[in-house]
Amino acid sequence: MQAIRNYIQSLFLWELLKGMRLTGKHLFKRKITVQYPEDKTPQSPRFRGLHALRRYPNGEERCIACKLCEAICPAVAITIDSIQREDGSRRTSRYEIDLTKCIFCGFCEESCPVDSIVETRIFEYHGEKRGDLLMTKEKLLETGDRYEQQIAEDRTRDAMYR
Amino acid sequence: MEFLHTLLDSTLIPLVPETWHSWTYLTVETLVKIVVILTPLLLTVAYVTYAERKVIGYIQSRIGPNRVGPRGWLQPIADAVKLVFKEIVIPTGANRFLFIIAPILSIAPSLAAWAVIPFSDYLVLADINAGLLYILALTSLAVYGVIIAGWASNSKYAFLGAMRSAAQIVAYEIAMGFALVGVLIAAGSLNLGDIVIAQRGTLLHWFWLPLLPLCVVYFISGVAETNRAPFDVAEGESEIVAGFHVEYSGMAFSVFFMAEYANMIMIAALTAIMFFGGWLSPFPEFIPVLGEPSLFWLLLKISFFLFLFLWFRATFPRYRYDQIMRLGWKIFIPITIVWLIVAALFVILQLPPWFD
Repeated sequence: MQAIRNYIQSLFLWELLKGMRLTGKHLFKRKITVQYPEDKTPQSPRFRGLHALRRYPNGEERCIACKLCEAICPAVAITIDSIQREDGSRRTSRYEIDLTKCIFCGFCEESCPVDSIVETRIFEYHGEKRGDLLMTKEKLLETGDRYEQQIAEDRTRDAMYR
Repeated sequence: MEFLHTLLDSTLIPLVPETWHSWTYLTVETLVKIVVILTPLLLTVAYVTYAERKVIGYIQSRIGPNRVGPRGWLQPIADAVKLVFKEIVIPTGANRFLFIIAPILSIAPSLAAWAVIPFSDYLVLADINAGLLYILALTSLAVYGVIIAGWASNSKYAFLGAMRSAAQIVAYEIAMGFALVGVLIAAGSLNLGDIVIAQRGTLLHWFWLPLLPLCVVYFISGVAETNRAPFDVAEGESEIVAGFHVEYSGMAFSVFFMAEYANMIMIAALTAIMFFGGWLSPFPEFIPVLGEPSLFWLLLKISFFLFLFLWFRATFPRYRYDQIMRLGWKIFIPITIVWLIVAALFVILQLPPWFD
């Protein structure tokens, strides 16, 4: 009996008609496309975008060249050289992130003991020539200086979950 | 036509010898008719691509192309311009002659078949009595383009695509032909205009009702013939990259697509003509305006079947190859053969309201 029913159902394309009813309904559903440059999806404060190096409020750079980020980076995108400054503190002479290698996992930010290297909300950037996506220490500090307010705000909002 | 004749009389006719006059009239008239049919057809082909992207987008809760021009209306123009300026790469080891002639072989039959499509009881380019045979012959010819393209490309994927296409077309051509024999029995004529006239009456007088299984088989075989989803194994993006046209680029590539869409429109038009009363109105004739037969009804029916093509594509995943063969050989052909006998019985019994 069941076999006959199945046969008749398949002969009259029953399942296919059911599928077409479903897609037919979707034809009139509300569309969920985000018109990107005009509209944007909301971002989380934890968004992991372009990197930045932060400073203390007095202008001193936070990074102490501990190289934890370099060690943890799974894509080996970070290169750090350190020197001893005149006041005896250890600082970086070179801090580079190769964005073409970076996988934006956020481990560098997690590992940083002084909250120096962070990932910002910025995701709309591009490089036009070779080396544009190799973020040097100057570029990273500049991003940090420019977006410090936003960065600090995002860290405070996320602090309670850490 | 009157206007054309006066125009010819004042320009071309004085230049040609007396004996050629009638030929000149005929040639120019036919050329004008061809342009009148093909221009809207090719424009429709362009906009079916747009409609396809829109409809599939809507079904997937997206909005489809909307950037080029207002609401994306210029998208097909932009696509065409892009394709025209792309290089046509001819692969080394490809047979140059066959490689170049394949897209032409593919599009020519799908355009030529429009010669016998009647748009109303007098609007038809060639009112030949073997119209149905002509259609069958030309739709079968279109597969040569695909097979030659796959063969001449000197590429394994293209060759696989061509082989799949060949086997599939053989299977579905038979079911399609049988479905048309059913129409032939029902209408008693091979002339497409006469077939439409045989369906005169209302919605219920059309052949789709007595020939329902044939109608379904014909349309589904039509989808298979045009290599459209869910029967697009000849292209099979996820399996054999792009199948038979994997080596084609630029305009040569787009000609294949024009052929595919022109075929789609053709299958839609043929279904409308043979099973859904062509230009006839679904309403009884005594209703003013709505009851009148007109070109408008034919276009409406064609649009509906074109929409079905897009709806199918958005709904069904691609058939597995053995399932396609099973459907063609073990289901469609037996169904059509059985229904041929039933249809013949209907005609002999003069079953009202269709065959009395």
